[in-house]
Amino acid sequence: MRTPIAYFIVLSGILFTLGTLGVLLRKNALLIFMSVELQLNAVNLALVAFSRMHLEVDGQVIAFFSMVVAAAEVVVGLAIIVAVYRRRGTVDVDQARGLAG
Amino acid sequence: MLDPRVLVNIDWLWAVLVIPLGVAVVNLFLGRRLGKLAGWIASAAVGVSFLLSLEAVRELLGASAEGRLAIEHLFDWISVGGFTVGATLRLDLLSATMILVVTGVGLLIHVYAIGYMDGDPRFGRFFAYLNLFVFFMLLLVLADNYGLLYVGWEGVGLCSYLLIGFWFENRENASAAKKAFITTRVGDTLMLVGLALIVREFGTLNFSAVFGTAGQTITEGTATAISLLLFAGAIGKSAQLPLHVWLPDAMAGPTPVSALIHAATMVTAGVYLVVRSAPLFELSDIALTVVLLVGLLTMLFAGTCALAQDDIKRVLAYSTISQLGFMFMAAGMHFYTGAIFMLVAHAFYKALMFLGAGSVMHGMHEETDLQRMGGLIRRMPVTGWTFLVGAFALAGVWPLAGFFAKDQILEVANRTGREWVYLLGTLGALLSALYIGRLLFLAFFGKARTEEAEHAHESPFVMTVPLLVLAAGTIVAGLLLSTNAEGRLASSLEAVVGPLPAEQGGLSTAALLVIATAIALGALAVAWWVYASGRVDRLALRERLQPLPRAARNGWYVDRAYSTVIVDPATAAARFSANVFDRKVIDGAVNGIGAGTRRLAASARRLQTGFVRTYALGFFLGAVGVLLWLGTR
Amino acid sequence: MPLDNVVFWVFAPISIASAIGMLLMRNAVHAALFLVVNFFCLAVFYLILDAPFLFAVQIIVYAGAIMVLFLFVIMLLGVDRGDDLRERLVAQRPLAIALAIAFVVEITLAVRAGIGFSTLAPDGFDAVNQPGNAQAVARVLFRGYFFPFEVTSILLIIAAIAAMVLGQRKARAVTQAELEAMEVGSA
Repeated sequence: MRTPIAYFIVLSGILFTLGTLGVLLRKNALLIFMSVELQLNAVNLALVAFSRMHLEVDGQVIAFFSMVVAAAEVVVGLAIIVAVYRRRGTVDVDQARGLAG
Repeated sequence: MLDPRVLVNIDWLWAVLVIPLGVAVVNLFLGRRLGKLAGWIASAAVGVSFLLSLEAVRELLGASAEGRLAIEHLFDWISVGGFTVGATLRLDLLSATMILVVTGVGLLIHVYAIGYMDGDPRFGRFFAYLNLFVFFMLLLVLADNYGLLYVGWEGVGLCSYLLIGFWFENRENASAAKKAFITTRVGDTLMLVGLALIVREFGTLNFSAVFGTAGQTITEGTATAISLLLFAGAIGKSAQLPLHVWLPDAMAGPTPVSALIHAATMVTAGVYLVVRSAPLFELSDIALTVVLLVGLLTMLFAGTCALAQDDIKRVLAYSTISQLGFMFMAAGMHFYTGAIFMLVAHAFYKALMFLGAGSVMHGMHEETDLQRMGGLIRRMPVTGWTFLVGAFALAGVWPLAGFFAKDQILEVANRTGREWVYLLGTLGALLSALYIGRLLFLAFFGKARTEEAEHAHESPFVMTVPLLVLAAGTIVAGLLLSTNAEGRLASSLEAVVGPLPAEQGGLSTAALLVIATAIALGALAVAWWVYASGRVDRLALRERLQPLPRAARNGWYVDRAYSTVIVDPATAAARFSANVFDRKVIDGAVNGIGAGTRRLAASARRLQTGFVRTYALGFFLGAVGVLLWLGTR
Repeated sequence: MPLDNVVFWVFAPISIASAIGMLLMRNAVHAALFLVVNFFCLAVFYLILDAPFLFAVQIIVYAGAIMVLFLFVIMLLGVDRGDDLRERLVAQRPLAIALAIAFVVEITLAVRAGIGFSTLAPDGFDAVNQPGNAQAVARVLFRGYFFPFEVTSILLIIAAIAAMVLGQRKARAVTQAELEAMEVGSA
């Protein structure tokens, strides 16, 4: 492979940043959640790239675990969002202002 | 370090002090329940002290002339490093004289007060304070070191405050008490500096230690400083110029208080202090000259004021100030025994006259204005005749005690070549005879000038008996204690305070005696003529002499001067501190901290927006920051 | 130009574009679909990074399961309608974008300082991937990372249970009054 590893890392950083922007700028809880998934994937990319660089598969194993946990997290998170929607009638996170000082 | 002269052992000396203290505590707590009994047990306490004092003096006199000293060490009060102040009592002839006067006169005044304070709602507390005072006064004179003396000094000041302001519901009384306390405080503070100097120079406050080595240890300059500082305390306590202003106002207190504290005992503490510290004063001519001058000036100043007062107690107050000046004059001429002799005589006749004044007030429904009295001797014979004895004693009529005391002092002045002192002292004696004659004749003789004076009544036994005893004492004291240098009191005190001043000629004893008697009788006759015979228009005479009488009446405006120069600025400063500084600055600072915290919290509060997204932004900000920091490391 | 390079330079822009598309879409379903595209691109990247196992898992798990789940919920809740794109919070957008740029710059600089932009992946990964990537992964997974493996299994079970519990609708107890009302209604 002739692509420098650094390019993958920078790409990972860009994708992570885009995910963060999604978390910060969108109001729909589901969209925020999806942005989090994007962040996780960006990190997985970095893991695999480094794993390739160090000639090990450990990075891939960790990325694998990350995917598993992300799956579990999505399950629970979506269940919560559904429960909240049932209670509040909205998934707008800006409506969840109960703890304002 | 035990004084080698101690030959007498009296180990119950403390009882003399503690019994009045104990009864004071009892009266303090149970006074209300005891009622009139409180007065009797208080008097009994002082009576027991008196008897114990008599016994102690008897034992003391039993020893040989050199060994008349008893020291009882109770416990170590202060013990810091190498410096100790012991709770030690000292009985020598000087303190023996004092305790006899305090307990003897004190006993009579306690009994008198049972009648005078009858019906007062705080009867028990009054006697508790009186007993407490006796305790402190005895402590003062029996102390074997300056430290314990100072405890007694302050204690009597406290009791004086409590008793002057006894009827504190009246604002004036409270003010008078405050004034007394603060004015004496000035002197007390200087005295404390003197004590500090003593500690620095001698390392101890013990009398024997200090006096024994004084001659070798300290320079004349130091001795002057110490003596003057101690004398400052005496000026305050004994109401001499310029700290005399509290005594006339202190007459606001009950008359037994005036008699005991402000005539016979507390005000004499200053004289006692100077006499006790004689070894120190002897090392400094300057100090003794100052004592002499202060005494002289005070005597004349107060004498003129006494002549112009219309309030019976104020006359006596200024008289006390003047007579104390006389005593300090004696001390200033190295004549310490003379000062003490006069102290004793004065205690008798001044207490007598104060109690007599109280009796007059009692019979005239608390009237004190001389202009509203007259002819009382017919209505109140016991009071009148005993008062006359006291007045004559003060004027210096032979053979009463006052005559001998004054005459001795003037004789010493004359014999030691102090012509000016003799002349001015004689003038002072003339003044005193004049003002006391005026008081006597205005109050008791002539025609009754008001309805009340017409219908005045004599006081009960409980009040008249002490008057009689004191009058008898005044008569007897003069005879017992003789006049010249070979006399018994003089020689016995000599062992304590050192020899009498050397004589250098002057007039003979007989000549001086004639002059003194002539002045006394002459002044009394003039007073009778002007005030009692009815042949002189007093008020017109006073008008013609204005503005002098008015100025004298107002104490030559010293009070007003103090008020303007010291009191008003101090009050203004206090008002500023309280209203402006305390309220605005300090409260402002404290409240400001509270308000500031609240404002800080209010602005910090805005971080808690409740929006999850702002919190997330915070996270991201932190993450970027950490990366930045890691990157720049 | 080597094939890897071409693949990279084709799919990298696509992945970035799809991520941006996900960000900007008003309709949640559209955004989800863009995200799926992004996942596919990532899967390709895994492939060229010699991780074929992950390539498969990525597509199956992420694109196939997780995103489907997302779409189910979006449809279920009916929130695919427009998300209000007005930004109410003051300074949120400018700050976020500024920080994002700063972040990317920092990453780039860190990478440049760390491994440098010219380091290529070393050869010899084939030796690691013996006899195949799956076997290599299994070799590491079931030995060194066995404990985390078991733990994540439990985690999955817990997640499933949690979802069931959270998804319940609690049946409210019927009051006597309501019971009578129902009987009256049917009578």
